[in-house]
Amino acid sequence: MFIPIPAMHIPDGFLNVPVAVVGWALIVVVIGFALRQTRNQLGERQIPLMGILAAFIFAAQMINFPVAGGTSGHLIGGMLAAVLLGPWAAVLVMTSVVAVQALLFQDGGLLVLGFNIFNMGIVSVFVGYAAYDWIRKALNNTRTAQLVGAAVGAWLGVLAAAIAASLELAVSGTSPLEVVLPAMVGVHILIGIGEALITVAAVAFIQQTRPDLTGAAAAVEARGSTWIAVGLVLALVVVLVSPLANPNPDGLERVAEDHGFIEAAEDPPYEVIPDYQAPFIEDEALATIVAGVIGVVIVAAVGWGVSRLSGRSAAHDEPTSAQGP
Amino acid sequence: MSAAFHDRYHAGDSPLHRLDPRVKLATALALILGTVLLPERAWPAYPLLWALIGSLAAIGGLGAWHVARMGGLALPFALAAVTLLFTTPGPPVAQVAGFTVTSAGLARFLAILLKSWLAVQAALLLSMTTHFADLLWALESLHVPGTLVAIIGVMYRYLFTLKEEAERLIRARAARSATAPDQKAGGGVVWRAQVAGGMIGNLFLRSYERSERVYAAMLSRGYDGRLRKLDPPPLTWRAVMLGGVPGGGVDRHPRPGRAVVELTREPPYHRG
Repeated sequence: MFIPIPAMHIPDGFLNVPVAVVGWALIVVVIGFALRQTRNQLGERQIPLMGILAAFIFAAQMINFPVAGGTSGHLIGGMLAAVLLGPWAAVLVMTSVVAVQALLFQDGGLLVLGFNIFNMGIVSVFVGYAAYDWIRKALNNTRTAQLVGAAVGAWLGVLAAAIAASLELAVSGTSPLEVVLPAMVGVHILIGIGEALITVAAVAFIQQTRPDLTGAAAAVEARGSTWIAVGLVLALVVVLVSPLANPNPDGLERVAEDHGFIEAAEDPPYEVIPDYQAPFIEDEALATIVAGVIGVVIVAAVGWGVSRLSGRSAAHDEPTSAQGP
Repeated sequence: MSAAFHDRYHAGDSPLHRLDPRVKLATALALILGTVLLPERAWPAYPLLWALIGSLAAIGGLGAWHVARMGGLALPFALAAVTLLFTTPGPPVAQVAGFTVTSAGLARFLAILLKSWLAVQAALLLSMTTHFADLLWALESLHVPGTLVAIIGVMYRYLFTLKEEAERLIRARAARSATAPDQKAGGGVVWRAQVAGGMIGNLFLRSYERSERVYAAMLSRGYDGRLRKLDPPPLTWRAVMLGGVPGGGVDRHPRPGRAVVELTREPPYHRG
């Protein structure tokens, strides 16, 4: 029996509006760059290739395998797409997948779609790809090195997306960070192992049957992906932690109150909540949005630098990057 | 996910089906936004909102109860919020398994559940009464980048084709996975994951080669990197007004988004 684990696709109602808005602001910039990058590399093949491979990831998510106790594992796909197509194309493929899951199947909300795309389509792809790329190069880019890199990247990518989702939920006040973070990380350490196994098996299969499709294409786009990953993580941390660092707003105060509450449970002067709800919502929204703007600026700066770098290298390597029939 | 792998669109001719998809998309987003922005203790607002959504579902010929039941499909995620019951400070109202449920926690948790339930219904109204091709051009006219919309259009066109491809692979695996009643079958978890991964690699190759055929077919019909579509019909004031009073639009229009889907249809070929 197939039991989906609904841990990743955040539905509407679980993130508050300022947080959701920050998500949109983050992805607009990254997707804009991804569209330009893939157009430079693929030209007019961009639309059919990306579209069909997005449908492929969607269909591949159906191919599940029994794990234990009636649960089953299945692919999420960000790392596989990044290994086969490079990170920018993978961003577009995963963006399309997550968007269609929300628009067509209500798997994840519409208002929070920004952060769902950010978590599964951007954070997991870039964190995973940075690890993959680093390991691959450190081990001289052999086939085994690619597989090791894909395994670590797949695992880290899933984990990074789970951490991002926990931060978003905590900042929205949906769940205390001290609860949601260990829970999400714990579950996704296991899901990540499944993801790593499937990704490695798929890449190994393709290495054997069509060695021309792994490695060469993605090598063009590899440059600077570590920096993109670093930039993204920084941006997310800035966006989500700055409201926590602010003395007033939601998340940290909640956690602190929870602690106070747990320790002093028998002794309840509970008038803290009305104080904390009304006056600080404004502050929280403002702080979050300001943080969001800072994050967007960081991502934009990193993306701009990288697009200049890889734009140059793409132009230089044009014949190898077009791997047509 | 695969359990819900059916296009939710219900063909129909209700006023809701005929309303301009741009207006529908904007209205659905506004409904969701309004739901999420509700103060958590505004209890009377929730049934009122549901009455609105339910009557829209009835107008759309979908059945208010049907949509209400489907609205629960995001509820498993509530697990992520369940600790609020115990961790939100407030007067205790009950004991569950040794933990104290507070009234503030209960209110917060219930509000999240209700908001999620209502928001999913609003999204369902949109996707059940709007053909996906219409939704796509509505997205484009709301300034989602055209290339991304075209990619999603091609994806939608091949979604069900590749789903069937995946189903064939799964059927082939099932056909080769005989189990005897008293024997454990099919190796360990790692081996099973490898099999699934190999199948996915196989599916990738089929998809990749299909994308080459599709691209060649598109080129042969004059594709030059741009998708030619019908212009969207003008957005009438009437439809916009009816967005505010949802459920009354009567604009008939061609479907510009369909052009994307038509243009990328591949020629017949033999499956190898």
